[in-house]
Amino acid sequence: MESVSEFLEMGGYAPFVWPAFAIAAAVLTLLLAWSLRDLRRERNLLDSLPGRRSETRPAEAGDDP
Amino acid sequence: MANWHRLANPTLFLEWSRRVRPWTGVATAALLATGVYLSLFVAPRDYQQGDAVRIMFVHVPSAWMALFAYAVMAVASAAGLIWKSPLAHLTAKAAAPIGASFTLLALATGALWGQPMWGTWWVWDARLTSVLILFFLYLGYIALWQAIDDHARAAKSAAILALVGVVNIPIIKFSVDWWNTLHQPASVLRMDGPSIHSSLLTPLLVMGAAFAGYFVVVLSIRLEREVLARQVRTLRRVQSRG
Repeated sequence: MESVSEFLEMGGYAPFVWPAFAIAAAVLTLLLAWSLRDLRRERNLLDSLPGRRSETRPAEAGDDP
Repeated sequence: MANWHRLANPTLFLEWSRRVRPWTGVATAALLATGVYLSLFVAPRDYQQGDAVRIMFVHVPSAWMALFAYAVMAVASAAGLIWKSPLAHLTAKAAAPIGASFTLLALATGALWGQPMWGTWWVWDARLTSVLILFFLYLGYIALWQAIDDHARAAKSAAILALVGVVNIPIIKFSVDWWNTLHQPASVLRMDGPSIHSSLLTPLLVMGAAFAGYFVVVLSIRLEREVLARQVRTLRRVQSRG
């Protein structure tokens, strides 16, 4: 059973292995967050436009049929 | 036979996409958690690469998705041009930033592997250079959409750029066979089957499935946004006419 510090050292390759996983986590998280933010903004924009009953949200309780 | 072509209708697409996305999201999260666990804790050290081999579990699936996203973008662009389908053009547009992100990851993690293994972050060999060109193609495609105000013209120009760039895809895939590259040849997608041991292949495939799931989820989010943006444009046009 290897110790935690041994695991973190990655056989001496820690300066390469951890940044690789960190960059992947950062890029994928940022892209997801950015995409969700853009979608939310677009929904709000469409909802705010007059003359349009919103089709942008799934029907919620209390919505008119 | 399902009426799959009905998905080309934006409203039906939105409905379908919203129904499928949560399930794909959950499956992707589960695959990603499993993949990371296998990559970091279960996969053995490589007898030559040591623990640096773990970088491959991010690098290789990123490179697969970089190519796959481009293929999606190119097919959607062709469909957009041929059938004049706005949804197809928007699919291509939505795929581009995802492809660019995976390409960036392939390049960055490749450099992080190259430094300890090859003794250099970067070489101008055919594989690395053609993937860098892929990254620039994605950036050019995204920039073109932003540079042209007229939406129909932007869609057409960007689609043509995407289709011209397709020539780069076989160059990337076969660069390792055609030229004497420092980058190794394929070891998974080979005619005679994978040449790596299952203890390393399994985490690779699980991470590949997770990245593919991520692509589907983020594509559906981005595409929904593009469809709504199109509705906003239409609505504004109608209103400005009074």
